[in-house]
Amino acid sequence: MSRSEHPIARLRGVSKIYGTTQALSDVDFSCFGGEIHAVLGENGAGKSTLMKLLAGVIQPTSGDIEVNNAVTRLTSPADAMVRGLVCMFQELSLVPDLSVRENLMLGAVGTGLGRLNASVVRSAQDILAQIDGGAIGMKTRVADLSLAERQQVEIAKALTRNPKLLILDEATSALNASVVEKVFRLIRAERDRGVGVLFISHRFHEIESLADRISIFRNGAHVETFDNGAYDYSAIISKMVGQRIDDLFPPKPPANPDAEEVLRVDGFSWTDKLRDISIVLRKGQITGLGGLDGQGQGSVLQGLFGLLKGTEGRCVVGGIPVTITHPKQAKNPKLGIALVPEDRKTEGLILQQSIARNLELAALGTDGIDASDVTIYQPFLDALELKCRSLDQPVGELSGGNQQKVALTKWLALGPRCMLLADPTRGIDVKTKTQIYALLRRLADSGVAILLVSTDYEELIHLCDEAHIFYQGRIVRHLTGNDVTAEAIIAASLNIPLPAQTSEAANG
Amino acid sequence: MGNLLRSNQREAIAILVLAVLLTLYLASHPSGPNTYVITIWANQCLILALAAIAQFFAVIVRGIDLSVGAVMALTNCVASYFVIGSGLDMALGIAAVLAVGVACGLFNGAVVVFGRIQPIVATLATASLFVGLALLLRPTPGGRIDYDLADAFTLDVFGIPTALIIAAAVIVLFWVPLRRTGLGLGLYAVGSSEQAAFQSGMPVPVIRLVSFAMGGLFAGLAGLYFSFVTTTGDAGIGPNYTLNSIAAVVLGGVALRGGVGTLTGAMAGAFILKTIGSLMFFSGLPPLAQPFIEGLILAGAIAIGGAGVLRVRNRLEVFGK
Amino acid sequence: MNTIKQNLPSPDALFPYLGAVLLILGGSYFFPQILGVDYLAQQLQIAAFLGVLALGATVVILLGHIDLSVPWVLAGAAIISTSLVGSGNPALAAAAIPAALLFGVLVGIVNGVGVAILRIPSMVWTLAVNSMLLGVAVLNTGGFNPKGEASPAMTLLATGDLAGIPVAFVVWMAVTGAMALLLKRSGFGRYLSAIGYNEKATFLSGVSTPSVIFAAFAIAGLCSALGGVMLAGYANQAYQSMGDPFLLPTIAAVVIGGTSILGGRGSLIGTVGGVLFITLLTSILSVMQITDAWRNIIFGLIIIVMLLLQTLRRKSQ
Repeated sequence: MSRSEHPIARLRGVSKIYGTTQALSDVDFSCFGGEIHAVLGENGAGKSTLMKLLAGVIQPTSGDIEVNNAVTRLTSPADAMVRGLVCMFQELSLVPDLSVRENLMLGAVGTGLGRLNASVVRSAQDILAQIDGGAIGMKTRVADLSLAERQQVEIAKALTRNPKLLILDEATSALNASVVEKVFRLIRAERDRGVGVLFISHRFHEIESLADRISIFRNGAHVETFDNGAYDYSAIISKMVGQRIDDLFPPKPPANPDAEEVLRVDGFSWTDKLRDISIVLRKGQITGLGGLDGQGQGSVLQGLFGLLKGTEGRCVVGGIPVTITHPKQAKNPKLGIALVPEDRKTEGLILQQSIARNLELAALGTDGIDASDVTIYQPFLDALELKCRSLDQPVGELSGGNQQKVALTKWLALGPRCMLLADPTRGIDVKTKTQIYALLRRLADSGVAILLVSTDYEELIHLCDEAHIFYQGRIVRHLTGNDVTAEAIIAASLNIPLPAQTSEAANG
Repeated sequence: MGNLLRSNQREAIAILVLAVLLTLYLASHPSGPNTYVITIWANQCLILALAAIAQFFAVIVRGIDLSVGAVMALTNCVASYFVIGSGLDMALGIAAVLAVGVACGLFNGAVVVFGRIQPIVATLATASLFVGLALLLRPTPGGRIDYDLADAFTLDVFGIPTALIIAAAVIVLFWVPLRRTGLGLGLYAVGSSEQAAFQSGMPVPVIRLVSFAMGGLFAGLAGLYFSFVTTTGDAGIGPNYTLNSIAAVVLGGVALRGGVGTLTGAMAGAFILKTIGSLMFFSGLPPLAQPFIEGLILAGAIAIGGAGVLRVRNRLEVFGK
Repeated sequence: MNTIKQNLPSPDALFPYLGAVLLILGGSYFFPQILGVDYLAQQLQIAAFLGVLALGATVVILLGHIDLSVPWVLAGAAIISTSLVGSGNPALAAAAIPAALLFGVLVGIVNGVGVAILRIPSMVWTLAVNSMLLGVAVLNTGGFNPKGEASPAMTLLATGDLAGIPVAFVVWMAVTGAMALLLKRSGFGRYLSAIGYNEKATFLSGVSTPSVIFAAFAIAGLCSALGGVMLAGYANQAYQSMGDPFLLPTIAAVVIGGTSILGGRGSLIGTVGGVLFITLLTSILSVMQITDAWRNIIFGLIIIVMLLLQTLRRKSQ
């Protein structure tokens, strides 16, 4: 590992202002070749703004960006790419209606609007093969890929652009641990070739294992840069948050397996995606659904919320058998089911509308609730510490974490008996996570049954009272109490027997 | 091959439907299949096909062009002044006609890109402007196109209608090469996801402008070809072609939300639409019922295309991406 | 009580009013008669036809859709009402207006089914419905202008006058008021905008989005039919293609009134302004006695300028 002498890119006194929001203030920041540089910070700390500046998506309000020691105006992503600054964006930059192959060729080095060059496809295929993506068909439409596959393609695409500085913004959020490890191997190899890597992730253990240096951002300012290992976990967290956070997860009360049943499904099946699923949700319990991405956990939530046609099996809510065919029926106080969908930007919220309008949309038209009365939302907003100028602010202007708070609150005002949550903390900062965890536990204590899909096994272990692990549309293991361990979850996710040491063999 | 068919499913269906319709048409025509009948048919189809291509370039980048017919009217009127005289005069005249088309397209593109006005609204306004200009040139229908030149483009070469040769040339010499460039790919990228295209390093405004310019060029070609067929200038031809061009691209499998479909499909859609009309004419149906049947077939074809959503097993999928 | 702040009309909605005032002032400089009560009252009467249509169009456009079946719903309603009156049977004549309005609602529901259930782009489906209606009309009337006449009630709606105020204008305002009430008081207006911005998220909030879409298209059909009845009353007859000249000005009026063609953002009050602006512009252009060509050119240019001003204002924020 040899760090380059001069920084590849350097920000000097850079500020970025959106309307009245100061996204970055007077930031000095350098990234060098031959080094993996992690950027940490809460949502809204300015990480994404930093990335967008370096990628040429936006331009600074004041201050200079230097590339290879020369002050440069990066006017567009194309311009940045020519200078070797290649970004893999958190909002995916793949075109859904084009095939994988076409996406790889789009905007490839030296192409522009001219003749397409197929050679990048071959090198991208090599890269994909190294990160378990060899099976991805080049002619497949990107829209038909899973989120994880899209991220793999995205990584391959970025690497074929000959980066001098590779910027990865939440590049691995949907990938499972074994693929992440392979991606890291690739990133380390790039680093060893002298490429600079700028890495944003919310998964702290990833940063710990990958980064050479770490920079902390808070409230749009660059707080500190230090070598990995210089501080321990809690010190870093407190630098990020500006205060100490003692425990990520709220204390777990003893599980009560005999609590009153709120919802029960028996032999629930749907096309070839779900097979014979049986789950019982009890009052005050948080039930987790784990497993690799896309094994059917999400479909269970959709089925319970009336989004799937042609489901089989029995569904009992509050002791009464029901067939749920529409979200409107699901949210009716008789059933009292709420779903916080996976993609808050396109499914959970209407970004262009104000916070107030978003909050009232679910409650509107429900008997006995005055949806336009903000006081019914206020306790939840207070508990989650929503940060906004006013409730008339468009949701799209909020940070991801604050958006998720709105997406949760709009359902809480209905007083649901059963909350279905699809990975509610994906891509969300630590502090917001603790707030959401605390709220979920409080809701459970107040008698709500919670069903939580999560790809983060820490959540299954520390937040959930029990967990069902999915593999290829089936529940392969039901873990309760002290059996909910990392080893058990990982083994079940790969559908291999305990002990977990055999996981290598199962992969091969 | 199977893979190729699947990825071009919509076009394959469109072309199949066209083949069936054409066979029916030729079978039902009183004078039977002969070069003359096919030539007349092909000429009518090509006018709409060129207009549909113009519409295609707006739709593919997630727009709608309500000025296609207006540009046709304007270029038709320009042609009725300039496409006559010596060979050089006519060459310059044709160049002028096409330049007007491109200029109209660029103007549309500029209003959309720099004025940030939605294409459908922008072209609604520019259509009025273009029709006004056409009316300035030809307050009443009139003027003339060189007959020899018009014949050269609207008759046949060794029994093959010139119109079909032109259609093939557009595909082979224009579309296929375009599809192999970053620009061709960029059209789809911008239509499918503008943000992804931008972040992939594509110059989105340039692509939009070029797309509208090409739309203008083809609307100009449609106006020019219309001139060859009618050999006169008329400022009032627009409205029908605008709406039919939209129907044609949809029938040809081009998605109005942008990013999906091909130029070939748009052309096939235009041919289908025109053939249905011609078929109706000789079908022996009472003439008064024809507009209704035509509308019914159009609605039926579209509804069948849409019926796929009834089979969707996940209610969220109908909302698209 | 702590309620959510009601949104004031956006500046976009006020633009066309400003434009209309400027048109009147500018026009009166050349043609003093424009400031006369008679001229202005006549403008309000003429604006009412476009105005009723534009209300329906606003609802559909807020939803993020478009209704291209306006011309033949309008003409169909006119044909139905005048034929019933012309039949000579008093019972049928009395049913003329309700029958025409019911026709509009039914076509609206057909539009809604195609859009909400079959998921066909509204631009295509309503275009196809329009051409089928044309076909039905041609089939029934033989391609000639249908026989028939307007009932006294229809004539009153279109040309009557109430203490100097045209009845047509009163009808327009009444429909506007009723619709504004519907949009504000029930959740309907919220649902329209929400669907216009993001249908999927609205559906996932437990809203029956298809019902909202049906209702919106039914309202649009009702408005088009009412427009047809009033126009038939005005002309004392129905005629082929009487609706064609109204389609594009309707959309233009809605958009000039600050409603986004993409759906979500917009207001009825803006549409009323847009209708006044378009009507005055058309009228003043014809008072100027210039050729059709220049009328088209100036009309197009002014619409573009109005839209550019909207963009500029939003950018400067």
